[in-house]
Amino acid sequence: MSADDPHVIEVEDLRKSYRLGVIGGATLGDELRVLWASLRGRPNPLAPLDADADDQRSGDLFWALRGVTFEVRRGEILGIIGKNGAGKSTLLKLLSRITTPTQGVVRMKGRVSSLLEVGTGFNPELTGRENIYLNGTILGMKIAEIDRKLDEIIAFSGIQHHIDTPTKRYSSGMKVRLGFAVAAHLEPEIMIIDEVLAVGDAEFQRKCLGKMKDVAGSGRTVLFVSHNMVAVQSLCSRVIWLQDGKLIMDGPPDEVVKKYLHTYTVQRAEATWPEGTAPGREDLDLVRVALAHDAGEGVLTIDDPFRISIRFRNQAVESGDITVGIHLINDDDVLVFNSNYRDEPTAQQMFPIGEHTVECPVPGGLLNDGDYRVTVNVIRNGRFYFRVEETISFTLQEAKRRGTFFRSHGGVIRPRLPWRKVD
Amino acid sequence: MGSTGSTAATRSEDWDIVLVPRQEWWRIDLKEFWHYRDLVRLMAHRDITAQYKQTVLGPLWHVIQPLTTTFTFAFIFGKAAGLSPPDVPAILFYLSGIVSWNYFAGVINRTSKTFVGGANVMSKVYFPRLVVPVSMTLSSLVSYLIQLATFLLFYFTYWVKGPVKWHLSPWVAAMPLLILMMAALGLGVGVLVSSMTTKYRDLSFLVGFGVQLLMYASPVIMPLDRLAKVPWLLRIFKLNPMTPVIEATRAIFFGKPIDWAGLGYTAVVTAVVVGVGLMVFHRVERSFADIV
Repeated sequence: MSADDPHVIEVEDLRKSYRLGVIGGATLGDELRVLWASLRGRPNPLAPLDADADDQRSGDLFWALRGVTFEVRRGEILGIIGKNGAGKSTLLKLLSRITTPTQGVVRMKGRVSSLLEVGTGFNPELTGRENIYLNGTILGMKIAEIDRKLDEIIAFSGIQHHIDTPTKRYSSGMKVRLGFAVAAHLEPEIMIIDEVLAVGDAEFQRKCLGKMKDVAGSGRTVLFVSHNMVAVQSLCSRVIWLQDGKLIMDGPPDEVVKKYLHTYTVQRAEATWPEGTAPGREDLDLVRVALAHDAGEGVLTIDDPFRISIRFRNQAVESGDITVGIHLINDDDVLVFNSNYRDEPTAQQMFPIGEHTVECPVPGGLLNDGDYRVTVNVIRNGRFYFRVEETISFTLQEAKRRGTFFRSHGGVIRPRLPWRKVD
Repeated sequence: MGSTGSTAATRSEDWDIVLVPRQEWWRIDLKEFWHYRDLVRLMAHRDITAQYKQTVLGPLWHVIQPLTTTFTFAFIFGKAAGLSPPDVPAILFYLSGIVSWNYFAGVINRTSKTFVGGANVMSKVYFPRLVVPVSMTLSSLVSYLIQLATFLLFYFTYWVKGPVKWHLSPWVAAMPLLILMMAALGLGVGVLVSSMTTKYRDLSFLVGFGVQLLMYASPVIMPLDRLAKVPWLLRIFKLNPMTPVIEATRAIFFGKPIDWAGLGYTAVVTAVVVGVGLMVFHRVERSFADIV
């Protein structure tokens, strides 16, 4: 792939709006007005007034894409990243021709195959073999073509033994294997893949990635959407980043992913309160809660150690027996751990009047990836004194340590334990 | 809006797929549809086999239903009401009408569910949506041919058994054209309805019942010559584009003169319905994923 390779996809000022609220809620009267206007060659009287509105919502329209422009060269593996609702799915739906643009143009060269969902187009009553034919022809293959590639497809899917079983008895992993096998053997000029790596085991993932690289290597083009940044970085040759329906960055994977992760990693790394508004009680309140780490501009991964520091203000008449603690809570609202300053036996117990900072270092290689938030508890004279919920929040990203397995690991924590061979 | 005003479009590169907000309504990509003919075949095949997969009598159902209806009609309308024509056995008269009507009504009923029934697959993967109703029309054809064979069985049995007052017209060679016209008419109506049901779900109820009602305004039950005394009713009957088709079928098998003007009327109606149906269908298929 080089800069001289011709464009196989051109997307120009692509916009897509959806009607909010009641779908198809236009009344017959409205439709007659539109029809009357179009018969007289007038513009649609009910058309949105300002399609370029800066607001993603205008009137009862929601603009899922607001002027996206990019092009893809032959042989590229283009990663598309962005948070949920950024417009990735809408873009894929447009490119795979499930829906049509509201404004703008898309031009493509060659056969497009898209794998948007596990086992799309599978008929549960039919066997795996029959579904290969059905799915293949839905994707635009000829029966003769499928005949030729049938053995290869079955071998690639790895489910030879169940190929004559109805697919309703398949696990979702088996369906995605079969679906991917068919799509991959379509020999499309453009292949669109959405989050397929979320299912399937490590070995199959490796196969999929290998196949995608083959596809790209043989002068074809892959569009790859994933939330897994490690996969995006190791697979893609270029990445675009969508946010709120706009393309905000387009460039080499390492750069875009780094910027992207940095934007989302630290959601609220520091919480401070000006005097008078600090949470707590009159004689004892919080000043600041902060996350510190040495990952620098980069992103915080599960392998990086970090520190949570808490600064509080003791305004009582005398020094007090004070301790603070944190609750680390994850995405699923699970309390991951509850740790107190006093857990450390050598910790100083009495705090004089004034401001004090305590710090809790959390080692790398302990937590699982995901979003976390921190609740601070304050204890005075051995009694619970007050609690501040959700002071700071942050994200730990997957680290590149565990090979090519791009599926999220289970478990509340994910400690790095010193495994060894003993015999 | 539209595909105009883009400078990049002036470069004369040959793009295979160009997606724009609005496409001319007449631009139906028949070449692409042809490319997907294997899918049509496969879907029609699947339809036929899936229909009777867990039934005891299987394809016999194709025959049981029209025969039961025929015997009922022959008894009520033929024997009791004395409506069937004197020169043709009541069984043959009713069976010939019911077989044609079944095909026409079956195609409408099935194809009118194209979008609503296929929403799940269609909102996830692209293929020319027309594949679905066309394959349904083809799979219904199998059922029709089985019923036609049943009719022929009765027809020749009567022939062999006794002296008959009728003969087979040489126009029987043109039967395929009649069938084609019926298929096209049913498909056109079904496609039109299915496009409109994506917005107005009421239509799907209306269709099942409307098609049934329409049968009473056709010569399936009532021979046209019985209506000579009620000219306004006859006019209504003749407005039904299926009337000339059923009449022509009977004319062929019972050796009567063919009403060419009537068939011409049906051909025009069919062409209009198919044309309008395809256009509306094409419009809806592009935006339907956003509505359903």
